[in-house]
Amino acid sequence: MKVAIFPPNSMILADMIVRGGHEPLVVQSEMKQKVTSPEIDAPPFNMTEEDPIAGLKYAAIEVPSGVRGRMSLFGPIIEEAEAAIIMNEAPFGFGCVGCARSSELTVFSLRRRNIPILELDYPTSRDATVEMVYKINTFLDELNEKEAKSDD
Amino acid sequence: MIKIAQLSCGTEYSGIQKEIEKAAEMFGAEMVLPDVNLDDINEAYEKFGLSCASSSLKLMIARAMSLVEGKNDADAVFICTCFRCAEGAIARNEVRRLIQNNTNLPVVTYSFTEKTKASELFIRMEALTTVVSRKSILAREKQEGLTLGIDSGSTTTKVALMENDEVIGTGWVPTGDILGCANDAINQALEGTCYKLDDVEAIGTTGYGRITIGKQMGAKLIQEEISVNSKGAVYLAGAQRGEATVLDIGGMDNKVITVNNGIPDNFTMGGICAGASGRFLDMTSGRLNVDITELGPLAQKGNYKNAVLNSYCIVFGIQDLVTSLAGGAKKEDAADAACHSVAEQVYEQQLQEIDVREPLIQVGGTSLITGLVDAVQDILGGIEIIVPEYSQYIGAVGAAMLVSGLKDTDIDDSKKF
Repeated sequence: MKVAIFPPNSMILADMIVRGGHEPLVVQSEMKQKVTSPEIDAPPFNMTEEDPIAGLKYAAIEVPSGVRGRMSLFGPIIEEAEAAIIMNEAPFGFGCVGCARSSELTVFSLRRRNIPILELDYPTSRDATVEMVYKINTFLDELNEKEAKSDD
Repeated sequence: MIKIAQLSCGTEYSGIQKEIEKAAEMFGAEMVLPDVNLDDINEAYEKFGLSCASSSLKLMIARAMSLVEGKNDADAVFICTCFRCAEGAIARNEVRRLIQNNTNLPVVTYSFTEKTKASELFIRMEALTTVVSRKSILAREKQEGLTLGIDSGSTTTKVALMENDEVIGTGWVPTGDILGCANDAINQALEGTCYKLDDVEAIGTTGYGRITIGKQMGAKLIQEEISVNSKGAVYLAGAQRGEATVLDIGGMDNKVITVNNGIPDNFTMGGICAGASGRFLDMTSGRLNVDITELGPLAQKGNYKNAVLNSYCIVFGIQDLVTSLAGGAKKEDAADAACHSVAEQVYEQQLQEIDVREPLIQVGGTSLITGLVDAVQDILGGIEIIVPEYSQYIGAVGAAMLVSGLKDTDIDDSKKF
């Protein structure tokens, strides 16, 4: 299953999803297409004025261009997702969108998708970390079961 | 008394709460704040799922949820947040979607500054109250008898004379002196018919000058252009049943209205700058030294990609045009670029705020600029666009049609204002 994550660039969550037998939808893959495209030259991310305009699909014109530019990358991921894992209150070293408003809209858009979602608070102790890993693995296993059932 | 639920953030601290209430009062409505318990706020907003940092937005969301869940009742909804607040803009849009997806209440959204005055809110409040209080009038689908509609717009004054469901005369005059222009346009409409003004059974007015003209001429119907235009549009386009979107790119402001069975249920008005209006195309045709009527066919021969013209401001837009022409762009490419620029801005600033429903009925004087219609269709991914006959007289036809339902009643709007 295609699993979106929040923060959308968290390598830890992406790695756990791969280990759980699913496909993580991460923003790095969207960025890779941009930075390796020879036609675009707007370093460092190769975002051009067209990107915030494309983000209008997800936010109105009055929403700042930085939010819309981010949404032009996150939006397609959210639309593609069949499940999602959201980590709330994570420190920015865990993965970060860089903009509180973009985070709000991304999480809201995921919640609105009506797909299986696991929401967690960032663990602050060893026990909480173990529990978090357990919850994620259980969630991913359940997705496997759902997938198997739908294949039948 | 019509109850308009206010879902907002920042109106008190911006100093405009009184202006909102004044605008509502003008049209016999009152603003109400849906009651929510303190304990319910967190629950409601967590259920909604948008994690706002501002507690006033949390309250706004909780109030919206209470309307959706039927804990509070209202006849219409006014949603507003401060201009330039990103979080407010996100919340405003999502709350609008929540209300529209889960209730039948007409909704208006607005982003305000400290300079917002009641007069700017009048048309929005009037449209909201009209949709609620005049539902039976708006349900009319046929014109009867001999009636006259006057649309006093910011750029032009239009008149339509109708008899038994047919337009029998039209008048079109650039707006200057409001009453003088209306008289000239009326004379144009009567010309060639066997009727005099005294033969007309009822008059309806709409547009910026509607109250002045309506009072002077004893109009039985004096109504804002949102409901009148949408009625005229679906009537002329033969789309009175089902859903449609009406797009009017005007001389000074733009309107996008979604309609269900002929009754508007949502609309958005305005634009950041005249760069997204008919005025820009008027100035473009002046620069290109062609008549405005030739701009559309000229644009159809060009390719907008060959001329850079994409500014949010009419001044910079014209500068772009001059630069493009100086750089060797052809007239037809510049004309097409101007049409695309306006269409793009209307899309970015307004069509995004509304769920566009097919067919899209494009009306107003700018709907005659074929290149602009093509550009709108192109930007919206090729959706069905109807430009009905008399599309530039849409407000006048709507007023003539609606007032025919009042000609034998005691309703007389000219005594109301």
